Amino acid sequence: MTALYAGLFYVATLVLVGGLAYRIAQYARTPAPLKIPTTPAPITRAGVVARMFREVTLFESLFKSNKWIWVFGWMFHVGLALVLFRHLRYFLQPVPELVVLAQPAGVIAAFAMVGGLLALWARRFIVPRVRYITNYSDHLILALLVAIGLSGMAMKFVAHTDIVSLKAFILGLMYFDWRPLPQDPILLVHLGLVAALMIIFPFSKLLHAPGVFFSPTRNQADDTRERRYVSPLSPRKA
Amino acid sequence: MAPTKFNGKDHVHGDPIEIPPLACGAMADSKPFVASPAMQKPLGFPGELVDNWQEKAINRLGELVNGSRALRVYLDSCVKCGACTDKCHYFMGTGDPKNMPVARQDLLRSVYRRYFTLGGKIAPKLVGARDLTRDVLDEWYSYFHQCSQCRRCSVFCPYGIDTAEVSMAARDIMDTIGLGQKYSNEIIGKVFNVGNNLGLPQKALRATLESLEEEIEEDTGVPVKLPLDVKGADILLVTPSADFFASPHMEGLIGYAKVLHEAGVSWTLSSYASEAANFGMFVGSHENMKKVAERIRIAAEELGVKRLVFGECGHAWRVAYSFLNTLVGPLDFLDQNYPIPQHICEFTNDLIENGKLRFDKSKNDEFRLTFHDSCNVARASRMGDKPGGQFEIPRAILRATCNHFFDMAPETIHEKTLCCGGGGGLLTDELMDVRLKGAQPRMRALQEVAEEHGVTHMAAICAICKAQFSKVLPQFGFDMESIVSVHQMVSNAILMTGSRQAEEYDAAHAAPVS
Ligand code: SF4
Ligand code: SF4
Ligand code: SF4
Repeated sequence: MTALYAGLFYVATLVLVGGLAYRIAQYARTPAPLKIPTTPAPITRAGVVARMFREVTLFESLFKSNKWIWVFGWMFHVGLALVLFRHLRYFLQPVPELVVLAQPAGVIAAFAMVGGLLALWARRFIVPRVRYITNYSDHLILALLVAIGLSGMAMKFVAHTDIVSLKAFILGLMYFDWRPLPQDPILLVHLGLVAALMIIFPFSKLLHAPGVFFSPTRNQADDTRERRYVSPLSPRKA
Repeated sequence: MAPTKFNGKDHVHGDPIEIPPLACGAMADSKPFVASPAMQKPLGFPGELVDNWQEKAINRLGELVNGSRALRVYLDSCVKCGACTDKCHYFMGTGDPKNMPVARQDLLRSVYRRYFTLGGKIAPKLVGARDLTRDVLDEWYSYFHQCSQCRRCSVFCPYGIDTAEVSMAARDIMDTIGLGQKYSNEIIGKVFNVGNNLGLPQKALRATLESLEEEIEEDTGVPVKLPLDVKGADILLVTPSADFFASPHMEGLIGYAKVLHEAGVSWTLSSYASEAANFGMFVGSHENMKKVAERIRIAAEELGVKRLVFGECGHAWRVAYSFLNTLVGPLDFLDQNYPIPQHICEFTNDLIENGKLRFDKSKNDEFRLTFHDSCNVARASRMGDKPGGQFEIPRAILRATCNHFFDMAPETIHEKTLCCGGGGGLLTDELMDVRLKGAQPRMRALQEVAEEHGVTHMAAICAICKAQFSKVLPQFGFDMESIVSVHQMVSNAILMTGSRQAEEYDAAHAAPVS
């Protein structure tokens, strides 16, 4: 079992990192033939950085758009961020002060994360417009995330797992000094699903995470009169 | 006109951005006429649907995705959150779920997934991927011609996904396989042959301008000129050709001429580039857009002008402001001390701010005005030095020239403005049904200010908006002439030096001798 999971995580990490690197390189390489910021847009690079920062931390456009999706989406993403941060304690030795301090918040965050997900999922059934645009894969990804969240919470609140051996296993993976994985069924499920998520990431709509940074309507400055924008469409100088 | 059972008067009351119940397939039959081989060829497209269209379309999609970061990122990134689903005026007006921006994108995304993504290749059902069949192509033709490329959806999407980019790509693919849209492609052909969308030749243009000069002089006593093809003029004015012949566009042109006259600048129109519009953008063809844009650079160079000013036209301003310098630049032969290009509203507003223009606002007292932000100006360009100048400057002009100005509801103006319903190459009679329905949100917003503030007129700075409103306003119970040009208001109120109006005004306002 240990060998199986060790192998799985190496593969998953490779696919995630390799796949994302490939996608990001692809986005970066693809030309942007014209300036198309959605205006009013910032007119300086600094302004664009600020716009992007607000977009990825506060979900500014979504806030303008739909308060329900915003609340639930934000709950889920911030919850996820805190939960991930809390998980650093399994990867770092010694555990940094900040990660220790974040432990209680991370626990509450798990509820926010799963709650947000369930509410977003409910919208896919209740709101006819959203039901119309939902594919099976959208349900599957939600199911996967909810299952990861619930199995994680089960280990915290229902049946504690042996986190000391778990940490040894994870550090062992990182330093190629393998240690046995605790044979706890909930843990196995949790880890298996996480690996699955890592593997589908670069092939799914989860690409929105790197994608948002490459979105020309959001990452371009409105400065065509101040600086000529040259692209592959521009006439070649003789 | 395509038959429509839609009666605007029954729909004009209500929340402008009301979300309708879903009406699946309601607009499936809305289709524009297909371009004939004679219209396709000059644009470099096959005359009719080619035999191996499926293969060619998929290849073209691949080329477009490789050539446009926006398209690639947008096809990959949508999470189906639904935030955009109620933001399109065509959805609000029709209830057809395929007019929800994300569903419109999905028409193309489903094909992209099938042929270009791992998930779509192995498990198409799971990820909503579809083979490119004749039915899918028919859907493309129908629903990608129910998008005015207004970008309202892109404002609200958390990733800025711009359905306009997707529509343009889809139209490009359809043109590439020989399935073009008659209205847009015929017009692009006219621009190549004659110089403008209307096919107005130089002689007719000159005669029109002369009769306008006579009209202005008769009215004001001032010999205002509308010069054509004058070499060595300082400014080339490029304006939509509708300004040369139809109301209320022409009144706007008279306004520009009066302002330019009063500013004392030398300026000219060009018969070679007698059209600001660029339908190459609507059909998503970079080649054609570039070719149409090229005329403007050539005209500017041949006439030896120093400045480039654009008249009131929405998408033309987008192309001019955002794309021109990229497509046909560098425009380094122009005077770099002025904005390149400049919008006529910027030009007029500068003069107003510097106290160079005098107005008798009471001349516009019969107008209780509101302002329609044209999408392409609002969400795809700018005026002035600051973000949002495109909202402030036209309003500043209206406030300087009219006593009664009222804005429509905040969720329907500025960056959230609602399209007129006729943009993006849809301004053709056979699409009247979708144009009327798409206009409903804007018409409701207008109805609200009409009731609250007694608004009688709506000003706009886009030739397509003006033409569309002239057609749809009566259907919603408004007067056809309640759409006006911004520079029409300027024209009505301006007190040109030495004009009859200025004399009368000064006489009436001279210090009373008591
Ligand atoms: S708002 Fe953007 S991400 Fe959400 S469904 Fe619409 S296009 Fe997709
Ligand atoms: S660009 Fe405008 S017309 Fe097209 S889908 Fe978006 S909101 Fe609708
Ligand atoms: S015609 Fe006017 S309102 Fe309609 S898309 Fe163009 S600019 Fe927007």
